[in-house]
Amino acid sequence: MRHQRRYLPYLYLAPALLLFGGFLIYPLIRSVQFSLFEWDGLGASEFVGFDNYVELFTDEVLRAAFGHALVLILFFSVLPLVLGLVVAAILNRAQVRGLGLFRTVVFLPQVLAMVVVAVAWRQIYAPDGGLNTALRAVGLDALTRTWLGDYTWTLPAVGIVGTWVQTGLVTVLLLAGMGRVPRELFEAARLDGAGAIREFFAITLPSVRGEIAVALTLTIVAALKTFDLVYVTTGGGPGNSTTVPAYEVFQRAFREGAVGSAAAIAVALTAIIFVLNVIVNRIAEGRQG
Amino acid sequence: MNRNALKISTAVLAAGVLLAACAPGSGSEDPPSSEDREISTDLAALGDITLTVWDQETRGGQDEQMTQLNEAFMDAYPNITIDRLSQSFDDLETTLRGALTGDDAPDVVQANNSRGTMGAFVGADLLLDLTPYADAYGWTDRYSESVLAASTYSADGVTFGEGNIYGLPQVGEIVGIFYSRAALSAAGIDEAALTGGTWADFTAALASAQAAGQVPIQLGNLDGWPAVHVFGPIQGQHVPADQIAALGQGNAGASWLTPENEAAAAELQGWVESGYFNEGPNGTDYDAAWASFGEGTGTFLIGGSWLAADLEAAMGEDVGFMAPPPAEAGGQRATTGATGLPFAVTAQSPNADAAAGYIDFITSDDAMAVLAETGNMPVNRTAELAPESGVNADIFAAFGDVSENGHLLPYLDWATPTMGDTIGAALQDLIAAQTDPAQFTQVLEDDYSAFVAEG
Repeated sequence: MRHQRRYLPYLYLAPALLLFGGFLIYPLIRSVQFSLFEWDGLGASEFVGFDNYVELFTDEVLRAAFGHALVLILFFSVLPLVLGLVVAAILNRAQVRGLGLFRTVVFLPQVLAMVVVAVAWRQIYAPDGGLNTALRAVGLDALTRTWLGDYTWTLPAVGIVGTWVQTGLVTVLLLAGMGRVPRELFEAARLDGAGAIREFFAITLPSVRGEIAVALTLTIVAALKTFDLVYVTTGGGPGNSTTVPAYEVFQRAFREGAVGSAAAIAVALTAIIFVLNVIVNRIAEGRQG
Repeated sequence: MNRNALKISTAVLAAGVLLAACAPGSGSEDPPSSEDREISTDLAALGDITLTVWDQETRGGQDEQMTQLNEAFMDAYPNITIDRLSQSFDDLETTLRGALTGDDAPDVVQANNSRGTMGAFVGADLLLDLTPYADAYGWTDRYSESVLAASTYSADGVTFGEGNIYGLPQVGEIVGIFYSRAALSAAGIDEAALTGGTWADFTAALASAQAAGQVPIQLGNLDGWPAVHVFGPIQGQHVPADQIAALGQGNAGASWLTPENEAAAAELQGWVESGYFNEGPNGTDYDAAWASFGEGTGTFLIGGSWLAADLEAAMGEDVGFMAPPPAEAGGQRATTGATGLPFAVTAQSPNADAAAGYIDFITSDDAMAVLAETGNMPVNRTAELAPESGVNADIFAAFGDVSENGHLLPYLDWATPTMGDTIGAALQDLIAAQTDPAQFTQVLEDDYSAFVAEG
């Protein structure tokens, strides 16, 4: 009887475990396996050990791709966090009328499919698109450029789209966190003569540490696995100045017939995302304790 | 939780390493050799058959011709049913690998001529050698040599352009120069002298157009590949056709590191420096560029014949087309161009005879007339079936002239599985003056020679 009971929970979990194993664990194992071969996806393959991983360090295009992904973390995570903190703190302190509407508007980019977002921004960044037209209208002709064809500006331009998308998510998360803080704390601080800025650093910021960790986790993952945005806006160009790891995985696996190399990039990317998130969560948990 | 995650990831890694013993792609069996098999061209005697056909003829006139030809085929052979799956070029390219290596491959597929697609399939024994059928049906008489070469590979897939025939195309394509008659006359350029002139006359016209305050050439190169179609005709002026063919087919024996190739790259970069292109071609969308040209901004547009229908709709009588003029008066014209995707038979197909007969049917002389009627440019009988007027009359004539009297050169991205990416990025670098012509040819040489060395 007792014996039966111990395994009963697993029986209930079995369908989910089977699905998880079949669609997540098994493909992951196969990817690790493929990454050790040189294979065109069609014919016979050749075992090459860790050569595909060595390529991650020796191939200039690949190194650049991982570098671009790190730059995107700045635009997808750090900037939205800073902006989100400011916006959420203001909204939380001043009881803005129509807060619900504002929240919805800020959150809206999250709801749109990234491809839709990318197509829209491709129009905005076009040589005679919205951004350049706006700059000319206010007499800033000197700042106009072909945003998606400029070697210096294209990666930041793509990054800004990420900032636009992620800020809403971060703001809403932080607002929820700040809403949990007891009003009395703020009142007490005000009685003690704390200003808005002091209040923010002494009460608001420490109390949303958990939300910050969640926001960073989600946005860092989004930054590192960026694919559709780059695929639609720049295709990795001009030159190779905006290519990212996930885009290289697609190119190599489906266009160039380099399945092993693609799998190695994918595995490395998974590992990096995993490690970065462990670090973020460690820091957040550690400080809380 | 983290310790568990560590355990799981270690287990996944270990399992992957253990699995390394059984190699991916080793399970496939050898396809039956086509040489020993009897072939039959009597389709009516084959019994009841369902042929699965994967094509990418999704757009208006393309879809129309396919529908008409399929119906005509099923009327002629009531024992054969066509089960057609049509998807976009991109979707077909990305799904074909999986489909051909799976257990239930389609019978007839449209496979891109390139190394990355047809070449890889031939090398992996996934496509049927159609040479016996070519003899039986007389395809070598029907098709010109340069057209057939574009779907010909050696049996091991190493040499492109020689060996066995693996597919037949229906339509032709040519990259050339569209021009606006209104812009020409505004810049004081004589149309007849231009189309009948030399390459030097054309480059002089670019300068005149610029002096007249026009945008001489519209180029939308955000995606990298459109500039390949501008570079191709320039290269045709500087580099001997046989060398370009070898470079484009990824065959050993040629090199990008020649003064001629560098001169071609220098001419393109010179055009940028002279301000012959619209502002920021690398940041301009391809569709936006030809749309601007269609709306009257721009004197010339260098691009493929597939743009004709849209340009004619926008510009009417104003738009004209010419193949790039020859280097010397009366010389042969050379430009990038080729065929639509060839139809091939899969090695797994149990209905090879019916499949080959179907391909024969949709590429027959009668089928060419159906193609022309539905607004496509048939690869054979092109001059004969040309429309009386309009830009398509120019295009049909140009294709006929270049494929029969000149050199129809392969797309440069056919050369290696990675060349599309490499040349697209390299041309963006060249146009943005991030590299010089010597560095440009070096990048292409690296890709080309690495592939040839592997061969």
